[in-house]
Amino acid sequence: MMTIDLILFLILAVVAIATALGMLVSRNAVYSALFLVLNFATVAVFYLLLGAPFIALTQVTVYAGAIMVLFLFVIMLLGTDELPERKVLNWQKPMAIFLALVLMAEGVYLIFIQKSASGLINNAPGADFGSPQAIGDMLFNKYLLPFEVTSILLLVAMVGAIVLTGNMKGGQS
Amino acid sequence: MVPVTYYVALSAVLFIIGAMGVLVRRNALIIFMSVELMLNAANLAFVAFASVNNILDGQIFVFFIIAVAAAEVAVGLALIVAIFRTKKSIDVDQINMLKG
Repeated sequence: MMTIDLILFLILAVVAIATALGMLVSRNAVYSALFLVLNFATVAVFYLLLGAPFIALTQVTVYAGAIMVLFLFVIMLLGTDELPERKVLNWQKPMAIFLALVLMAEGVYLIFIQKSASGLINNAPGADFGSPQAIGDMLFNKYLLPFEVTSILLLVAMVGAIVLTGNMKGGQS
Repeated sequence: MVPVTYYVALSAVLFIIGAMGVLVRRNALIIFMSVELMLNAANLAFVAFASVNNILDGQIFVFFIIAVAAAEVAVGLALIVAIFRTKKSIDVDQINMLKG
């Protein structure tokens, strides 16, 4: 019996995998970035289905918005959207595909045969589950220290990015 | 009702595509995008398990992972720009100055 949930999941899963593969095979880096934006949007819809509206919108604003715009900006700044194909290690591509298939076989074995994860998705969670209020309550009580550490991490990343790309006037090149 | 198994399987497939991207592609920017795809696959598994166990901690983890990914992208792209300035290329096969 195909429920509407399952049909929705299958359609979105096909879109997610197709866009991921599109990112993998595109010759042009701009197309790759745009495929990845679509993939992140699809995953945001999955978050909505899983009862995580706050995380879904964070995904759209931070990943699909900020991070991918940064990627597109750097691709266009460097003008390296297409690299000439040069073969240095000929055996690398078949080896990578073979190892990916081995990893896939292990995953199928663990997930579908050993059944290491079980249970049904609760598709009607309480109205409070995953709401900004519930997330904020947890973030500022139970996870206050990691939250503050993250703010320091973001500051360090900002300083690092400026130092790495700055012109270093007055210092050594 | 969708079994959590399907979500974990989808997460695994996305992770494997990301890992293959890191191994197969030679453009540093696309390798970096593949790393983002792998982080995203892990996030999907976190949210699926948070939903199935009805515990919110998984979603908090995803929140932190997104923040760390943003920091990582800022520094990583700065590194790529710095490498491009000196080597005039972001092909990872060209970056072999440490090779003996």
